[in-house]
Amino acid sequence: MNLILKVWRQKNASSEGRLVTYEAKGVSPDMSFLEMLDVVNEGLILKGEDPIAFDHDCREGICGMCSLMIKGCAHGPERGMASCELHMRSFKDGDTLTIEPFRAKLFPVVKDLVVDRSAFDRIMAAGGYVSVNTGSAVEANTLLVPKEKSELAMDAAACIGCGACVAACPNASAMLFVSAKISQYALLPQGDPERRKRVLSMRRAMDEEGFGNCSNEAECEAVCPKEIKLSNIARLNWEFLRASLLSKE
Amino acid sequence: MILNSKVPEGLLEKKWDNHRFNLKLVNPANKRKFEILVVGTGLAGSSAAASLAELGYSVKVFCLQDSPRRAHSIAAQGGINAAKNYPNDGDSIYRLFYDTIKGGDFRAREANVYRLAQVSNAIIDHCVALGVPFAREYGGTLANRSFGGAQVSRTFYARGQTGQQLLLGAYSALMRQVASGRAQVFPRREMLDVVVVDGVARGITVRNLVTGALESHVGHAVLLCTGGYGNVFYLSTNAANSNVTATWRAHKRGAFFANPCFTQIHPTCIPMSGDYQSKLTLMSESLRNDGRVWVPKKKGDLRPPNQIPGEERDYYLERKYPSFGNLVPRDVASRAAKQMIDEGLGVGPTGLAVYLDFADAVKRLGVDVIREKYANLFDMYYHITGEDPYKVPMRIYPAVHYTMGGLWVDYNLMTTIPGLFCLGEANFSDHGANRLGASALMQGLADGYFIVPYTLGDYLAGSNWGKVEVAHPAFKESEKAVSEQTKKILSIRGKRTPTDFHKQLGLLLWNQCGMSRSEKGLKEVLTKIPQIREEFWKNVTITGEEGEFNQVLEKAGRVADYLEFAELLVRDALHRKESCGGHFREEYQTPDNEAKRDDANFCYVAAWEFKGLGKEPLLHKEPLQFESVHLTQRNYQ
Repeated sequence: MNLILKVWRQKNASSEGRLVTYEAKGVSPDMSFLEMLDVVNEGLILKGEDPIAFDHDCREGICGMCSLMIKGCAHGPERGMASCELHMRSFKDGDTLTIEPFRAKLFPVVKDLVVDRSAFDRIMAAGGYVSVNTGSAVEANTLLVPKEKSELAMDAAACIGCGACVAACPNASAMLFVSAKISQYALLPQGDPERRKRVLSMRRAMDEEGFGNCSNEAECEAVCPKEIKLSNIARLNWEFLRASLLSKE
Repeated sequence: MILNSKVPEGLLEKKWDNHRFNLKLVNPANKRKFEILVVGTGLAGSSAAASLAELGYSVKVFCLQDSPRRAHSIAAQGGINAAKNYPNDGDSIYRLFYDTIKGGDFRAREANVYRLAQVSNAIIDHCVALGVPFAREYGGTLANRSFGGAQVSRTFYARGQTGQQLLLGAYSALMRQVASGRAQVFPRREMLDVVVVDGVARGITVRNLVTGALESHVGHAVLLCTGGYGNVFYLSTNAANSNVTATWRAHKRGAFFANPCFTQIHPTCIPMSGDYQSKLTLMSESLRNDGRVWVPKKKGDLRPPNQIPGEERDYYLERKYPSFGNLVPRDVASRAAKQMIDEGLGVGPTGLAVYLDFADAVKRLGVDVIREKYANLFDMYYHITGEDPYKVPMRIYPAVHYTMGGLWVDYNLMTTIPGLFCLGEANFSDHGANRLGASALMQGLADGYFIVPYTLGDYLAGSNWGKVEVAHPAFKESEKAVSEQTKKILSIRGKRTPTDFHKQLGLLLWNQCGMSRSEKGLKEVLTKIPQIREEFWKNVTITGEEGEFNQVLEKAGRVADYLEFAELLVRDALHRKESCGGHFREEYQTPDNEAKRDDANFCYVAAWEFKGLGKEPLLHKEPLQFESVHLTQRNYQ
């Protein structure tokens, strides 16, 4: 099939960007979306033109590197998948596809479709961990975790940190990302000793970065490639409320 | 140079304990004065960086991706082995050790493998403490499953995302150290050279992938945790950016490369669909616990799989290996699939696939149980192929997945360049000629959490160097060499893209140096690689500039290294005149087509020394001595 691509091109963080139109011809429905871009790029290189820069790595939906707005939707129109998992059979011959980087003030463009998501690492450094040094762990089966809780913790822990939630949210809120980590630890006994400190600290880091608040649009849940549930945000709010009331800070 | 493995004296069971006692310690107050450079943030790199920073060292961490959390360990699906023996089914440290060394076809270092089994339990304890949500039983205890090549259930898992959860655990520990100020992360950096001063590794040259600028970093030790070289084959299950550059460039600076021909072809991957294919996706080996592998008995049987009755199917693994059945080790399963396909029994549109069928398991256990165990894998398969594996058998085909070879390291994980350590898949040490399922995660974390924190201290405590700064001529020389290569590549402006050369090289290797290798084929490849390399340096085309974000330039640098490294891989495969593990030489097989080892002549590690491009590398042999196990022919029948 043949497609028209309208791709955001931007030389670097400080330059202006614009949409540029390309044709993608002879696209196979079995191609992944990124393979379709690869083919377009190979053509551009041979013409001596700068290929379209985009982030990618594992190409199987787990590393969280790819970050495309496709037809105005973070990771494209299909539910529960990252840009790299999207295949061309989701589109029709003659379609026009707009491809942009994840849009959020806190994800500045590095080049074309590549953005800087280092704010997420800074939030993680503010408390997204259990403080245990290597060597000091207790025997693993002394910590019993009810299966249901462990499954819920795993549902939350599946977050790949791609930032689609921020890109989709009208408030550029990072609540779904933060709540996934808070939930994972709040549901597990290992997270308990630092429970209050963690939620206060990560929440503060998120606000200081400038991410917006949640106003229940649920766009984040709709685009999340790992289908992280909105209920995690409820748990984050509950944890935050509880910690705030009980905090001595 | 005589290779000294530094394996400690004493009984196998006591070696690591004795060694730890004999290792020198660094005064706690002095640790912060030592700068440690860690390259790569997969399981080995993140766990090492976190653990070393916890001890008080000043750690700098470098990764290609925009965040350390994205390293390719994240994609490991199935699980991590440990000798906990929770299921009470006969496991022990010795059995895990024995299975691992036997699985590696007796081409790994006995003392290293034993140590790996010894620390395996502490890894599980630590990962649980970090909050890794492993699968649980209803009573709240940890769940286990069996995995390819083992007859006990010793694999711990977090659905089909075990690598992700373990990596995020190590990443969280690292971010805690970033917050403490003891660790500093440098994302979007690619290591392009190791800087050696007076024979000792003292730093690295990296390219800032955003600005294109070269940066020098000085350290007291350098840890390469940069993963395997599977992408030399172009198509593999590795991430697109995984590459050989860091280890290859260290090799060119004096680190020996060991057993590069030991590459693992994983039996259960999603088959290729067209020539645009950029990577292959693994379907976890755990699927073989419940899936049955088969092909039609009749050649050219084009009926849909569900219309082929049971008696017209050949469940060839169950037929050939009745005691292990579908759970034979990876090398055995891959070769068996190749045999079926070579006989014309392959299925699907390309004929390059076999079926992995869950119909019986769904009938026996119900669809909900199957969904709970494998939902994410089944979803992934559906996304890629458009077919529903709950209803139609999966089509699978072997693909390059893991590389057992890597930089030669001694028992302390130090390469032949003093001060340069190598951890995880990037080194060669623990898997011999074939890696068993769920052992890679174990090894990466063993190296990072529980081995290098001890052995690095011994190196630092015993060394006494002068002060080195980035103004040192060795750093300037390194930067100049890297920059000259970049300028040279950019100046060619030829007619073929880096990817085009990469594909050509990969296909050549896959056909002649993949699942099955012969002297004739290998010799042919050995003459072709230099020709491709020569053309690359005359006819490659790169767009853009050096001083900017330039993915084509990044790719070209990696392909240039593959074109050098591939020659060593093939040379190693040619010299090893035996079949063992993932290295199958057609000339050396048993009457029933199994690998035929030659212990009299090849029971050694082949460690290659770089002697200049286009020159023959020098082979050093580290004889493998087995004090505890008896070498046997592997038999999974």
